[in-house]
Amino acid sequence: MHMADALLSPAVGGTMWAVSAGIIVYCSKKVTDELDERKVPLMGVLGAFLFAAQMINFSIPGTGSSGHLGGGLLLAILLGPHAAFLTIASVLVVQALFFADGGLLALGCNLFNLGYFPAFIAYPLIYRKIAGARPGQLRLSVAAIVAATVGLQLGAFGVVVETASSGISSLPFATFVLFMQPIHLAIGIVEGVVTAAIVSFVHRARPELIGAAARPTVTPGQQSLRKLLLAFLAGAVLTGGLFSWFASKDPDGLEWAIAQVSGEAELKGPEQGMHATLAALQERMAILPDYAFRKTDAGGQGNGGSDGNGDANPESRLGSSVSGIVGGLLALLLAFLIGFLLKRRVHRMPRAGGLS
Amino acid sequence: MSHHLVELKRLGHVYPDGTAALSEVSLRITHGECVAVIGANGAGKSTLLLHLNGCLVASSGEVRVGDFPLTRATLPQIRRTVGMVFQDPDDQLFMPTVLDDVAFGPLNLGLPPAEAEERSRDALALVGAWHLRDKPPYLLSGGEKKRVAIATVLAMSPDILVLDEPTSGLDPFARRQLMALLKDFRHTRIIASHDLDLVMDLCERTVVLHDGRVAADGETRELFRDDALLAQCRLEKPFSMQGCPVCGVVRRIA
Amino acid sequence: MASIESMAANFRRLDQFARADTAMHRLDARAKVMATLAFIVVVASFDRYTVAALLPFFIFPIVLAALGKLPTAYVARNVAVAIPFALAIGLFNPLFDQQVLFKLGSIPISAGWISCLSIVVRAVLTLSAALILIGVTGFPAVCEALERLGMPKVLAMQMQFLYRYLFVLIEDTRRSARALELRSCGRSPRLPTVASLIGFLLLRTWQRADRIHMAMLARAYRGDFHSRKVGNFGSGEVAFVAGWLVLFGLLRVYDASQLLGALVGRALP
Repeated sequence: MHMADALLSPAVGGTMWAVSAGIIVYCSKKVTDELDERKVPLMGVLGAFLFAAQMINFSIPGTGSSGHLGGGLLLAILLGPHAAFLTIASVLVVQALFFADGGLLALGCNLFNLGYFPAFIAYPLIYRKIAGARPGQLRLSVAAIVAATVGLQLGAFGVVVETASSGISSLPFATFVLFMQPIHLAIGIVEGVVTAAIVSFVHRARPELIGAAARPTVTPGQQSLRKLLLAFLAGAVLTGGLFSWFASKDPDGLEWAIAQVSGEAELKGPEQGMHATLAALQERMAILPDYAFRKTDAGGQGNGGSDGNGDANPESRLGSSVSGIVGGLLALLLAFLIGFLLKRRVHRMPRAGGLS
Repeated sequence: MSHHLVELKRLGHVYPDGTAALSEVSLRITHGECVAVIGANGAGKSTLLLHLNGCLVASSGEVRVGDFPLTRATLPQIRRTVGMVFQDPDDQLFMPTVLDDVAFGPLNLGLPPAEAEERSRDALALVGAWHLRDKPPYLLSGGEKKRVAIATVLAMSPDILVLDEPTSGLDPFARRQLMALLKDFRHTRIIASHDLDLVMDLCERTVVLHDGRVAADGETRELFRDDALLAQCRLEKPFSMQGCPVCGVVRRIA
Repeated sequence: MASIESMAANFRRLDQFARADTAMHRLDARAKVMATLAFIVVVASFDRYTVAALLPFFIFPIVLAALGKLPTAYVARNVAVAIPFALAIGLFNPLFDQQVLFKLGSIPISAGWISCLSIVVRAVLTLSAALILIGVTGFPAVCEALERLGMPKVLAMQMQFLYRYLFVLIEDTRRSARALELRSCGRSPRLPTVASLIGFLLLRTWQRADRIHMAMLARAYRGDFHSRKVGNFGSGEVAFVAGWLVLFGLLRVYDASQLLGALVGRALP
């Protein structure tokens, strides 16, 4: 599953961007250093291939549902981890930009979940270990299924951790884990079966391909893996550190939230840390709305439902949120109006130019 | 002048899977000649062409372009001299727009961007495709793709043009256009094709390949009169030399 | 099959929009990439119960789309496709976060519903921004901009290749998939069949990659891509980026919706 922008906080998104960017730089250097320039068009075209292959659906035996290829492990087997990671990266970028799959902020997370795990964990540590140098049909299938399953389990767990630490979704961590992992177990097995089938097909037709592309990276790949794992660890520590820092200054989530929605941050907001600063800032700016709001509220009581609220509930919370919602809708309307006017101007301009 | 010469000496090529695609091919093509390479599917035409600019390395024998044997050291120079137009233009047009693509070669030669663009403009104008410059390749028709692919090669100002199946997949009009274009070139041209009428029209000399060997090498019209040779090599006379199916009249070819 | 066709059509459409010539299109791609990234980060930085304060941010995608002459309906349709995915996760929020925040009339509104709404608004904002970026810039230009902003060259080149051959391979796959469909009599094809179909596609793709590489070598390629374009990050670009950054900053700090609502509230009674 793709991680989505909407579920992500900038801290988590940014950290994962940094981690993934690091891996990208590392892999690019690796591919450039290997001087296997033949790989560059191959990687690009295989990325396009993966896209195309993902469009072919097949029925999953015994379930009545259908699935498609993910391809991370397949690319790693064909290209070796470094080139595979870059290829997956390019596919994810296109998906994020064209198909609204995930999003730009979530790109770092998705790269890590769907690129790092299959290319740098599942392939070298599981697939290669089980499959060995010259795998038979059975061994190859087992290796692919186990590797794909583990890769997807890790990826799914990544989604859970990233979602939970972002705190946008209210899903409890344990529930989300129990929800994601079994689903991805099934997906992983299917992915493994398909990958094994494709690899053994290629193995029969052009045995030299599989060996040739992955070979140059085997030895350096094993060595550098440790470095990469260390980098990952460092990234994780950094992320954790960032979070605990944020978390410690974050007031109790819900209280803060109610304060936000009700416009009472000025009264109840905690007097410390980053949010206090923000709240103070907001307070300074919010003098006018607050003042205006009270007047409105008083007026509302007098007039009885001028803001479309029959109850005329004197509770200030509601009034504030209503004013927020009304304002928000107005802002939206205004934005569309500006867009509409701009569009008309843009359309009219060439004609004016033609006349002059 | 002598550097426009292409010479193959007992060229042989064996693919990694053990298939012998070419054996003992010897040819000598001189400046300004337009030579057709014909033969049945799998006769070795494409393999032969791919040796001319070092895309494939000979298993035995030698390729000479101009005064140099084709080696690792002379490869860059030879690739500038020999321009290669591939059969599927989609393999050749890999950049985002037509102009980017044509400029790819000149920029690789180290020309400054302005000069590269000028060369690209000349090349595109020559094939009548300048108006397509900002289009992405996937929006081009088959004939347009082919002409742009030729422009990408012309922008390198080669002395020798090598074309693999230039008219395959083109409609009759685009085919005519392309043939007129090729006819005007003053380069040494080596064309592999199944389009025997094109061969008749453009090439005064023809090399017939059969099972990786040169079965015949001579004047095009002479070769096409040799029924036994054509039958043995799984070829036919060009339509222009066959009887008209309606009136039975055979066009006179002087 | 339908999805393959619509996907190919979608690519072409967006590519076509990107080749229009407006002031927005002429702007250096780096400026647009930078502004879009900043936009997404700022939108994501709001806490989970924010809804109203996010609405003013619609100004960014709307203005870009309007100046770039992108049809609103097209953008809306493409973003709408993605909303169910955001909802799928967002809908868990009302389940787990049932604390009532306020009552709208007699209907209690829980915090979960607010945060769910917030997720959807975020999704629409960020996804439309990304889509519009491509629509007014074009994928190759975005790649180039990213490369100039520091993305490794190998990845940039590779993305260009991917994009170029996407069209070719989609066509290729469509033919193979159609042939398969015609002979599978309406049944969904079995896995081994699909695996060998994909395997064949893979082999063909690989051979194509080899031919492309030969074509590149034949044109003096030595591992470097040279760009024809020279960057023009001028004052217009600086103003564009700075202007948006200031606006995002203001909208982040001041809740424009509250301000506006209050103003209206004061004007009405």
